Amino acid sequence: MSRIDVQSLNLSAADKVLCRDLSFSLNHRECWGLLGKNGAGKTSLIQSIAGLREFNSGTIKLNDTNVKEFRRSELAREIGILFQDGLETLPSTVLETVMLGRHPHVQSLFKDNSDDIAIAQKALADFSLQEIQDRQINSLSGGEKQRVAIAMLTTQSPNMYLLDEPSNHLDIAYQMDILNTLLRRLTEQNAGMLMATHDINLAARFCKKFILLFENGETLCGSNEEILNQENLSRAYGCEIHKVETDGRLLFFPA
Amino acid sequence: MIGIRHYLLIGILLGLTCISILFSLLSGSVELTLSTIFTELFNPGDKLENQILREIRIPRTLAAFTTGGLLAISGVVMQVLLRNPLADPYILGISGGAAVGALSAILLGAGGILLTNAAFAGAIFSIFLVFGIANKFGQWSVTRLLLTGVVVSAGWGAVINILLTTSSTNNVQSMLFWLMGDLSQSRVHIGHYTLLAVGLIGGLILARSLNVLSRGELVAQGLGVNITQLRSILYFAASLFTATAVTIAGSVGFVGLVIPHLLRMLGARDHRVLLPCSVLLGGSFLVIADSLARSLIAPQQLPVGVVTAVIGVPTFIVILRSTITK
Repeated sequence: MSRIDVQSLNLSAADKVLCRDLSFSLNHRECWGLLGKNGAGKTSLIQSIAGLREFNSGTIKLNDTNVKEFRRSELAREIGILFQDGLETLPSTVLETVMLGRHPHVQSLFKDNSDDIAIAQKALADFSLQEIQDRQINSLSGGEKQRVAIAMLTTQSPNMYLLDEPSNHLDIAYQMDILNTLLRRLTEQNAGMLMATHDINLAARFCKKFILLFENGETLCGSNEEILNQENLSRAYGCEIHKVETDGRLLFFPA
Repeated sequence: MIGIRHYLLIGILLGLTCISILFSLLSGSVELTLSTIFTELFNPGDKLENQILREIRIPRTLAAFTTGGLLAISGVVMQVLLRNPLADPYILGISGGAAVGALSAILLGAGGILLTNAAFAGAIFSIFLVFGIANKFGQWSVTRLLLTGVVVSAGWGAVINILLTTSSTNNVQSMLFWLMGDLSQSRVHIGHYTLLAVGLIGGLILARSLNVLSRGELVAQGLGVNITQLRSILYFAASLFTATAVTIAGSVGFVGLVIPHLLRMLGARDHRVLLPCSVLLGGSFLVIADSLARSLIAPQQLPVGVVTAVIGVPTFIVILRSTITK
């Protein structure tokens, strides 16, 4: 069980204010969406929560302890991040890469624990990667790489998932499949999740609560109903957005 | 992850190491047979064979192995630190600094211990120069380090050219040998073995972190690795190994760039396996190359750096082509 409390957070990049006075509490079993246009600060906010980025003022706490007070290795057992890019460079196979997710938990310097291998194998199965487990990362398609990164994240088994664009490179079927799998893990492991995405409709389907970042550093937090409306979204994206309701789902699209 | 094939690879490389050492003890301008070598090794006498073995071949073999091992470890570490497949032990200008030190010593007529000290001083100066420039208010990025290293390297290159063009023919000959890497004057002592051992053990302790770091700095941080600390350790450790190797044998090329890649292609991607394999293959490769360097056109000697490239390039291309489809 984990909880993240953000209190009056001020965050800026270079001279641009990204978040002004942002406060929210993300509890276990909750899945939050993080929306905002390009450069609004979604990635910066995620990295600040994970203790990877300096912020101007305010506090970010994980289970009542300031994230800055954690050792990196402790924090990695609690918070797992899906980065927008990465994983490339030096050669490695799918299985080897997914096994790296166990890094914060490994005990022995040399020996691979059989439980760790089992956890990695389960992640491979969850994201349909078993058949390509011996392939080189560099030979994979964009969508396959994304699934490897997500499998590595679940292998890390954090109590808090921070996802930066989880649907990147994924086709519609995999988007559904993977988010459903992640949500199932959320309930099983009592974890929490915050996902930054450009896909408003995908977020509307999976997230119950939202953080909306505006260009001027203003922020809105609240439930699905409070945040996702034409007025807020049009203002946040600087483009007129309409919605339709069909088959019991809300769909947003640019006018 | 470590499997049977990795143990097999280590076993094969251990065998190769033994063979390379025997080969080296057998090579040279005086013919020694296998049986003489074994008799002389275990029954020390005052014969000429014994002297050749103890005073020339064994020290030179050990120097070659240690240098090769240090260069290979340094290559592995540089490639992970910079996450650049083109990285080698010399990319950040260490060999350039050492070369300027060594060449200046040759120019001033110094040899032996003075020359090695000058080379080592040049290398250490370059290490701190690059780090000092790349480091801004305690912050440095790998890109900055790489750019600084490459630029400083180019600067050393210019100084080397000045020294070469303004020196007498006699000096230029020894300078060129030094620059291409040469083991004929090399001697190693307990300090060098200790450094190699410390490097290997330290590397094994950090091996898991190196595995994570090769996926990128952000990923590594997300998985709990303290990047700031690790990067500094890696930079200074790899630099020290390179500085030491260059001081022993001059800038022997190729070993530090290619041995790590070759082993990765053979399946040793995990640093828990890659590091020990690198020491064994880097060491035995240089031992073999040096044996050939002193026997191919005996009694004349070739610079070992030429031989490493002549054997290394085709071997590397063959392995690259056979694994490219996988």
